[in-house]
Amino acid sequence: MTDTPTETPAASPHPTRRAEFWAGARATIPLIIGAIPFGIIFGAVAIAPAGKLSPLATAAMSAFVFAGSSQFIAAGLVAAETGVWVIILTTFVVNLRHALYSATLAPHMKHLSQRWLLPLGFWLTDETFVVAAQRYHQRDGAPFKHWYILGSAVFMYANWQLCTWLGILVGQQIEDLARWGLDFAMIVTFIGMAVPMVKNRPTLLAVLVAGATAVIAYPLPNRLGLMLAAVLGVAAGALAERSWPVRE
Amino acid sequence: MTGTEILLILGMAAVTFGVRYLTLAALSRTTLPEPIFRALRYVPPAVLTAIIVPNVLLVEGELAVQASNAPLVASIVAALVAWRSRNLLLTITLGMLALWGWKAMTGN
Repeated sequence: MTDTPTETPAASPHPTRRAEFWAGARATIPLIIGAIPFGIIFGAVAIAPAGKLSPLATAAMSAFVFAGSSQFIAAGLVAAETGVWVIILTTFVVNLRHALYSATLAPHMKHLSQRWLLPLGFWLTDETFVVAAQRYHQRDGAPFKHWYILGSAVFMYANWQLCTWLGILVGQQIEDLARWGLDFAMIVTFIGMAVPMVKNRPTLLAVLVAGATAVIAYPLPNRLGLMLAAVLGVAAGALAERSWPVRE
Repeated sequence: MTGTEILLILGMAAVTFGVRYLTLAALSRTTLPEPIFRALRYVPPAVLTAIIVPNVLLVEGELAVQASNAPLVASIVAALVAWRSRNLLLTITLGMLALWGWKAMTGN
């Protein structure tokens, strides 16, 4: 795969497709490490004795749904013998935040064909979204940033499958895996991602409003509080920019 | 795998992919107004915070601002590490060690 531009004799100043792919994969390594315990616990608690999904259904959920927190919630609802349509509706509401992610990334993806939008849409997770948004905000004019996202997504996906299978194996042996507090690994990963983003006052206000709303609105059904908190936080940040202009 | 499980997974996959892909496909063809485009920069910090805060401040739906809440203590440690070091791996490592250390010290 060569990317030498034909119009200029000198080497392109921008990373090649392959370089972007591996850079995206590298940027995602810490997030993959954070997701490992989460995936193992999902596999372990979804099946008996903790849960009521079959091992095959557990693996299939990771392969076809690929959305960690909603998979956990679904496994919990299955264990509580909730109706299928209620679980599907809950999954929809919990994953509505991905519409915000897609809206954030879409303006940068105008040049991409369906061949790209389909897999990148399917593979969009909290982690890959953050990595992708950070890459797009680097205004270096690089033409292959979608390869960066692909690198991130492929490794997140492969890791999620492996960890689910491992969890299914381990879950049949060890019953109280969740008591080790390994589920906290995802939260601590998100803390490590979020804190360095707070670089100016509008962002600080955005996270304060989002955090406070998420706690106050927590009793709302179907995790709607999460969506409300995200929307109010974004609005607060945008409004605050009028008083505290942000230089890019 | 039972028929119910197949329906469940197909349904979950359809709504999740629908939200992710349809927004991406629809909005990649239109031009968002500049103020909205700028506002969307706040999505990553706002969503992450909205996931983190209830997870560590609430225990079974109740505010738990107390020393026995090990995830809260570990989160404060992790936030300080992230702020000083801006190193994700170090934050994860020290955050998990703080969680286990605090649990061991407080005996729960």
